[in-house]
Amino acid sequence: MQQKIIVPIKKEVRDKIIEICNKFNNNPGELINVLHQTQGFLGYLPAEAQELIAEQLHVSTATVYGVVSFYSFFSMNPKGKHPVSVCLGTACYVRGAEKILDAFQKELGIKPGETDKDGLFSLTSLRCVGACGLAPVALVGDKVYGRLAPADIKGIVKEYREA
Amino acid sequence: MANYKYHILLCGGTGCTASESPKIKANFESILAEKNLTDDVQVVATGCFGFCEKGPIVKILPDNTFYTQVKPEDCREIVDEHIIKGRKVQRLLYENPEDKAHISDSKHMGFYKKQMRIALRNCGFIDPENIEEYIARDGYKALATVLEQNDPMATIDIMKKSGLRGRGGAGFPTGLKWELCRKNEADQKYMICNADEGDPGAFMDRSILEGDPHTLIEAMAIGGFCIGATKGLVYIRAEYPLAIHRLQVAIGQAREYGLLGDNIFGTDFSFDIELRYGAGAFVCGEETALIHSMEGKRGEPTFKPPFPAQEGYLKKPSNVNNVETFANVPVIINKGWEWFSSIGTEKSKGTKVFALAGQINNVGLIEVPMGITLREVIYEIGGGIKGGKKFKAVQTGGPSGGCLTEKFLDTPIDYDNLIAAGSMMGSGGMIVMDETSCMVSVAKFYLDFTVEESCGKCTPCRIGNKRLYELLDKITKGQGTMDDLDQLRNLSRVIKDTALCGLGQTSPNPVLSTIDNFWDEYVAHVKDKKCPAGQCKALKQYVIDPEKCKGCTACARNCPVGAIKGTVKMPHEINQELCIKCGTCIEKCKFNAISII
Repeated sequence: MQQKIIVPIKKEVRDKIIEICNKFNNNPGELINVLHQTQGFLGYLPAEAQELIAEQLHVSTATVYGVVSFYSFFSMNPKGKHPVSVCLGTACYVRGAEKILDAFQKELGIKPGETDKDGLFSLTSLRCVGACGLAPVALVGDKVYGRLAPADIKGIVKEYREA
Repeated sequence: MANYKYHILLCGGTGCTASESPKIKANFESILAEKNLTDDVQVVATGCFGFCEKGPIVKILPDNTFYTQVKPEDCREIVDEHIIKGRKVQRLLYENPEDKAHISDSKHMGFYKKQMRIALRNCGFIDPENIEEYIARDGYKALATVLEQNDPMATIDIMKKSGLRGRGGAGFPTGLKWELCRKNEADQKYMICNADEGDPGAFMDRSILEGDPHTLIEAMAIGGFCIGATKGLVYIRAEYPLAIHRLQVAIGQAREYGLLGDNIFGTDFSFDIELRYGAGAFVCGEETALIHSMEGKRGEPTFKPPFPAQEGYLKKPSNVNNVETFANVPVIINKGWEWFSSIGTEKSKGTKVFALAGQINNVGLIEVPMGITLREVIYEIGGGIKGGKKFKAVQTGGPSGGCLTEKFLDTPIDYDNLIAAGSMMGSGGMIVMDETSCMVSVAKFYLDFTVEESCGKCTPCRIGNKRLYELLDKITKGQGTMDDLDQLRNLSRVIKDTALCGLGQTSPNPVLSTIDNFWDEYVAHVKDKKCPAGQCKALKQYVIDPEKCKGCTACARNCPVGAIKGTVKMPHEINQELCIKCGTCIEKCKFNAISII
């Protein structure tokens, strides 16, 4: 079994999470908003952060974990410097999105949900960015790449590798 | 106030923003400044024009010229030619596919001719971040009328008579919903807007939020007044940053103008709106799940009754409507229920917005009167199938809907006809597929989605859909049996009858409708081990044509699994049992000798 390395969160991170919880009056009804803001500055929601939030809002860690794992927007793993998201919405799917995802997997050497070992790229799929006119589309960070063909992927990845 | 001679409107929706519309805006602004024209020409980033296929769109008023696929480097030519010399830039005009003639006014384009814009009336017309522009288009007039009349029951009556039904998918009459909520006495009630658009391939709610956020604020205030709520909540997807920004700006402006807050228009009515962020869960489109999510919990649905009208957000009576439903409300008040109910079919009144996508020429967001046929939508508005291929099916209703074939092309679109045809209206995704789409794979695609999005609370949905997915997966790999097809049907019916919420009850629809309409295709996968559309990888066979093969050995040398055998200068052969269908041999063959059957 792969051993999980637990990194205790730094004091300033701890203080910031407490500050966020206080901003929402430590109200358990605001859990989702607290998680949004915590992920907003940390980039992801490690177990230690979830434990701290549970403590602050006076709910069980299981409750917090239950919410974090329920919603696809919340991530428990840090994303790469350049997060790649391939749209698998229906419009992109019928215009060949699967082949685009395959091409990214091949080029980056990682599967959806993974981050590469340099922490440079992470790969995910998402459902509809609403740019169906440009289908199939993929996002690298906030930049949208439209009307993609599998052959384009190599060049796109190269652009970021060299940047 | 400046008196502009020209207005340059350009699409600031997500699709066009992705193809550099912010850069186009900046270019126009700097060129106009350089030519001292900033007092004469106004550049406005509007909401979505709908014609995403031809984006980025630039429209010039007052002459209503519609430029398509504009690039940042085209701005100078548009300013020099159109604005200064008054000559249209022909090469950027829309070209009619039939006679290749240039059309400059969108009214005459096939894409817009049959459309009727009610919910999208301001999208692509006003600056969504400027409340004055909304007010100039009769904005907040309906709210003023309703508050002046001061008779909530009379307004509810108008909504009931208009025949407006929920645009989120299920089609429940809006007026009746408001009345039910009004009847429940409580110290606090909530007017909730469902802006958690989760159907992959539908983006109408986002377009309204981005293009006309004030219409939502006005309609929620009207609804709040009718049901007796002083608080409005918008549950919006966190993945829609632009829509969130525009809505926040609009709420701020409405507060500043006294259109939200205490004593609106000097009456006793007070109303304010807050945002709640979704975090990506399709099931949260179901109203009880949505309410739980707003309370900070897992978005799991609960059994109804109690309905939200009785016990909703924080156990108080609540009313949930969808964005598009709200967008119709102010117009109905302004123009009267008689006008609204004259549009559409007997039981489905008004218009519906569809996100037209897939293998179709004109991808985009369209709004059409109920009762229009699929043929009109696909061939006249959509401009037919891409690349001259043959129409195979159109999928409506997203993961809850079904695939309709050619025989339904002349069926008028409304809530009831779509259900009778084995699909549903849903939120308005409309995906067109051509002969290269495998229907078993399409059903599998939707089931994959449902399995991922199932909240896991009830067994039929959590386990049943997983089993459906596995059966479909087996069939696409050529391992299915005829018994599996029966099993698919039976299991689908059980899930439909026993699942807890709307997600589970409708999730087998893509399976049932494809089995009913494309039985032969399922049988071909099972009996002949062939995928007629050529999409299922496992059923593909790579073969070498011995006549064309020169025996150069390029394929054999590059095959990663050593599946190709043959001697130099003699035709080679592929061992089908070893072949992993990677396609390397086709890439390497210089003589076009390898094909897929």
